[in-house]
Amino acid sequence: MAGAEDVGLYRLLRVERRGLDAGTPGQFFMLEAPGRPLPRPMSVCLVTPGELAFLVDPLGPGTRALAALARGDRLRLLGPLGRGFALDVARPLLVGGGIGVAPLPYLSESLGRPPAVLGFRSALHAEAAALVPNAEVVLDPVLVTDALAELLDLAVRDLLACGPEPMLRAVARMSPRAQLAWEAPMACGYGACFGCVVEIDGRLQRLCLEGPVLAAARVGQARRAEAAA
Amino acid sequence: MILNASGCLDALAAPDVAAELDAFVTKTVTPLPREGNAPVRIAETEAGMLNAIGLANPGIEAFVREHLPRLAELPVPLWVSVGGFCAEDYARSCALLDPRDEVAAIELNLSCPNVAAPEEDAVAIVAAARAATSKPLYAKLSPALPDLPAVAAAAAGAGADGLSLVNTIRGLALDDRTLRPVLSTGAGGLSGPALRPVALAAVYACARAVDLPIVGMGGVATGRHALDLVAAGASAVALGTVLFSDPGAPSRVRAELGAEAAARGVDNPFELRGIAHAERGSGREGDVENPAPPRREKAAISTGNSP
Repeated sequence: MAGAEDVGLYRLLRVERRGLDAGTPGQFFMLEAPGRPLPRPMSVCLVTPGELAFLVDPLGPGTRALAALARGDRLRLLGPLGRGFALDVARPLLVGGGIGVAPLPYLSESLGRPPAVLGFRSALHAEAAALVPNAEVVLDPVLVTDALAELLDLAVRDLLACGPEPMLRAVARMSPRAQLAWEAPMACGYGACFGCVVEIDGRLQRLCLEGPVLAAARVGQARRAEAAA
Repeated sequence: MILNASGCLDALAAPDVAAELDAFVTKTVTPLPREGNAPVRIAETEAGMLNAIGLANPGIEAFVREHLPRLAELPVPLWVSVGGFCAEDYARSCALLDPRDEVAAIELNLSCPNVAAPEEDAVAIVAAARAATSKPLYAKLSPALPDLPAVAAAAAGAGADGLSLVNTIRGLALDDRTLRPVLSTGAGGLSGPALRPVALAAVYACARAVDLPIVGMGGVATGRHALDLVAAGASAVALGTVLFSDPGAPSRVRAELGAEAAARGVDNPFELRGIAHAERGSGREGDVENPAPPRREKAAISTGNSP
């Protein structure tokens, strides 16, 4: 660990790179969670020549164990894993919700700092917006999709989004060619456990291999989510 | 011998990991394709994980047609795990696998906690499978059976060539916020460190009851854990949950197991098989000269491609 610091209510873990391939934006690493049976999937937040950084929301036991790491601690990680964002986009617009802001700083740098729209639950959470250049921030109860709806040129924008599932589904409805960084509970990150399935192309498939970034058209409607509700 | 526990590794997604094993065990294949359970399928607990995958698989016909030729390219022997909902399901899948030279052994999954139990008992299923194939048959049993050693002995009598011990046991986790089950199915299968002493007890009890090779599994994460199972009577050790956090576990655990044995003055760790059963006072503590079982040489394990 090169260090860690608070970013609003989140924690930014900075890891010495030691020759690690950073992968493409939207790809993830499995981070060993000290004292826990399973690692946690984290997308790459920031990349420098010497460091990789991951933004962690310390909500559960694993993420809290990660957030407690400090400079000099040892951390095992596996990656980069999965499929990231396609970067051959003409008019990118980044969309983030809550901890879904995590992959956007690296994505923004890779795309030449395009505009971004970010939504947060509170002003404290929204301090993470400082990591993303050229960002417009909205706070609950205003939704990112409210801000998107006001854009006159939305139809010609290439949306690249990461956030909670309802936000991603709303973005998919507004922009069928959006790229969505999806999330699911994940035990292994490399296709071994079959735990992270999401309905992709109409059937349950492993998110760690097919995603986490998915074309909006592949996600379709929430057949199961709605059936379960 | 280090194997993977069925359902804990996809050799087609991670062939490099599978290549480090002494044999690869497939995810359980059922007669018909199964999509598996709805998400959420996994949850972490204090000392392990719960899964409710629900035997997602392409079905035996697509498996034989599409997966088997690709799995045959692995540099290690292939064990196929077979599941079903009645004895006829198992028999049919075994019959389809029987002529396939790529298949070194068949494991009968008689103990998935995430789907309905088959109509017949384990013994009837082993007998039906035995009639359908001459391949080595391993019966994978649940440690939750009321009298596991008796079932193990009956499975041996019905023609099982070996035992796989243990499958997961049922567990439940509730969401912090809602106090509702995390998994879509409610309960799921508990694995990882919490299962380790359960597995050890099962292997220990079955090694006394039957004279068959035993693949021991349940919470193994280090060479010492593997050595414990061997000492209790396992002739091979399989890795499960540890593969999720450490894809390098096969070679690491093998090396650690060798070092554990070497530290006890033994070249081959499997020479310590069954030493937990040696009577206390029959020699010095940890006597490796006179381990109790195996009682017959038949109990050696083979992963070769010929049955």
